[in-house]
Amino acid sequence: MHDLDSLHAVPGGSSTATATQDFLKGIWKENPVFYQMLGMCPTMAITNSVPNALAMGLATTFVLLGSGVFVSLFRKLIQHEVRITTYILIIAAFVQIADMGLEALMPVSHKALGPFIALIVANCLLLARQESFAALNNVWRSTLDALGMGIGFTMGLCAVGSVREVLGQGTWMGIRVMPQSFEPWVIMNLPPGGFFTFGFVLLALAWWTERRKRRTPLPFPVRTRADEPLLERAG
Amino acid sequence: MMQHHLMILFSAMLVNNFTLVMFLGLCSFIGVTGTVSVAFRLGLADTFVLIITSISATILNKWVLLHAPYLRIIAFIVVIASMVQITEMAVKKWSPALFRELGIYLPLITTNCAILALAIFQTNRGYGFLEGITFAVGAGAGLILALTLMASIRERTELADIPTIARGTALVLFIAGGLSLAFMGFSGLLSAQ
Repeated sequence: MHDLDSLHAVPGGSSTATATQDFLKGIWKENPVFYQMLGMCPTMAITNSVPNALAMGLATTFVLLGSGVFVSLFRKLIQHEVRITTYILIIAAFVQIADMGLEALMPVSHKALGPFIALIVANCLLLARQESFAALNNVWRSTLDALGMGIGFTMGLCAVGSVREVLGQGTWMGIRVMPQSFEPWVIMNLPPGGFFTFGFVLLALAWWTERRKRRTPLPFPVRTRADEPLLERAG
Repeated sequence: MMQHHLMILFSAMLVNNFTLVMFLGLCSFIGVTGTVSVAFRLGLADTFVLIITSISATILNKWVLLHAPYLRIIAFIVVIASMVQITEMAVKKWSPALFRELGIYLPLITTNCAILALAIFQTNRGYGFLEGITFAVGAGAGLILALTLMASIRERTELADIPTIARGTALVLFIAGGLSLAFMGFSGLLSAQ
């Protein structure tokens, strides 16, 4: 949808409302983890603790920001036929910087994340943002969009990571939050825990969306919640 | 020697299954596992690209990246993208029928993180030429296994009575969790030796 919006926007005349919207849509309305479901591999692979999720989210935000700014700077020079290759090369350069930077600054996190920092290149979120936003908008709007998407992605990772760390180790960011008598759920630290946690998160979101939809009054009479069990039994 | 290669093969296929244990290539795992035949063919195409990538990574590591280690990610992704492109052209030329069947899935292999991960793992573990190929075959077999298992379970759920909110990705994730739990059972397979 935002493709259309950005096409209609007057270049250079982005009002405060548009700027806020550019920034906020990645955090809530178009959250990359929960609504767009892009970049699912890191969402499940490295969310067994909050610090890992935070480091991965920050690295992804850095790459999003760097490549977004570069792509929107050179958007008039990049030929249409080779645009995907160009985007991939720009992204790969920033991933390499993030990989080497993290190795030098935070060696513990780098070791814990393993190959997943390098795999940011293959994260569909990055290519999607370049193709659908940075290539069409000016540097300022692309910066806001990249920041919003990055923060949204980090928040999503941290949300899944919080559930897994609290239940799997009884701690949050390394601080003990569960009582001593709590027996950690080993499965949450293992790969299946990632699949199950994210499955439950999606289930909760679907339930919430459905519930909100049902509460919105419609202009014509529909079946009410009271006669629903009967209808379902009959069907 | 033989035992070493068997270890690599089974480790990549079952114990460290790329999709179910290491979370690689989830996009295609969730996106294209609607029918068994398509999932199986995608797995075959993945395996083919994995083997070519493994050979290219060995060559790159030996002659190029030794002098410029900071080019690693860029070099790998460019080589993978061009290899997928060449594969696509070759399949189109020699077997148009197969090309039509694979359709969009063939170019999408470039963004499958399993392929890039194979090149990186192979480099980190210092595998040679033959070890690399064994690793690629094992990883490919693991992908085929995971994709086919998932697709066959999903075909069964088509007619099942599932609540509306659980349909779609949430259901796929729960099935994947169950499969992943089953694959945890393989973890004792190689440590017993």
